[in-house]
Amino acid sequence: MIFQRFYRFASPQHFYHLAVLLTPWFAWATIILMIVGLYGGLVFAPADYQQGESFRIIYIHVPSAWMSLFVYVLMAVFGGIGLIWHVKIADVLAKSCAPLGASFTLLALVTGSIWGKPMWGTWWVWDARLTSELILLFLYLGYMALQSAFDDRRVAARASAILALVGMVNIPIIHYSVEWWSTLHQGPTVSKFDAPSIHINMLIPLLIMALAFKTYFASVLLIRARSEILEYECNSNWVRELLTKTD
Amino acid sequence: MSLQDFLHMGGYGLYVWTSYGLCAIVLILNVIQSLSRQRKIMRELTNKLRQLESKK
Repeated sequence: MIFQRFYRFASPQHFYHLAVLLTPWFAWATIILMIVGLYGGLVFAPADYQQGESFRIIYIHVPSAWMSLFVYVLMAVFGGIGLIWHVKIADVLAKSCAPLGASFTLLALVTGSIWGKPMWGTWWVWDARLTSELILLFLYLGYMALQSAFDDRRVAARASAILALVGMVNIPIIHYSVEWWSTLHQGPTVSKFDAPSIHINMLIPLLIMALAFKTYFASVLLIRARSEILEYECNSNWVRELLTKTD
Repeated sequence: MSLQDFLHMGGYGLYVWTSYGLCAIVLILNVIQSLSRQRKIMRELTNKLRQLESKK
């Protein structure tokens, strides 16, 4: 019974229609959360007592960095599901994650660099946090290159899923890098749940922006997944019906 | 707070607005690319289908 439901959910046709239905909801949520979060971060939150106004970069830097890790784990999990149970949708979602994850990683690196210049006095240092995040970007790029290196979608999905799973080793390294090694990058600010070392008026906009990045990711992921499904299933009857209907 | 103060960002305006600008560009480009790809695939598949039907 549960399996039947799962297979129905995971059928490309069903998922495609679900994606069409859900995308506008995520898109509107993104727009609203972005407006609220940007107002909160750029206007409402007080300036930092040490970093002044420059700390406001946090509202895009930290959500990007969180997403760069989250998307990678998601991509590896989808890849693993596709690898083990041969679920088509899992392969499709894993492949659709990659360019978004790479974008978030790039943003985390670039905004961090721009933030680092006035605060640390340098654009870049080869410390553990920055280096491991750069490796993450290369993992994403390698994953995308591997995906496009095979003509057979199944082989591509399998090979890149293995790469993604092996690359998982880098995720705890990025997360704990600021604790394991002495880095120029500051330690965790938010995830110390006993006492986050950030003022509540600064924290709330940050969490709203993090949520906005999540819904943004969900909406673009669903659009990308739809394209992948269409390419994957272009010879099936339901796609033909779908295309004749839209005429 | 005046608009000028807001844009000035306590002397960090260039850094803050460059970051936000780049972020906006990357996020918007992702949306545009994904939407245009979806449209392109729909168009291509529809054309293919029409060709198949006209051959029948």
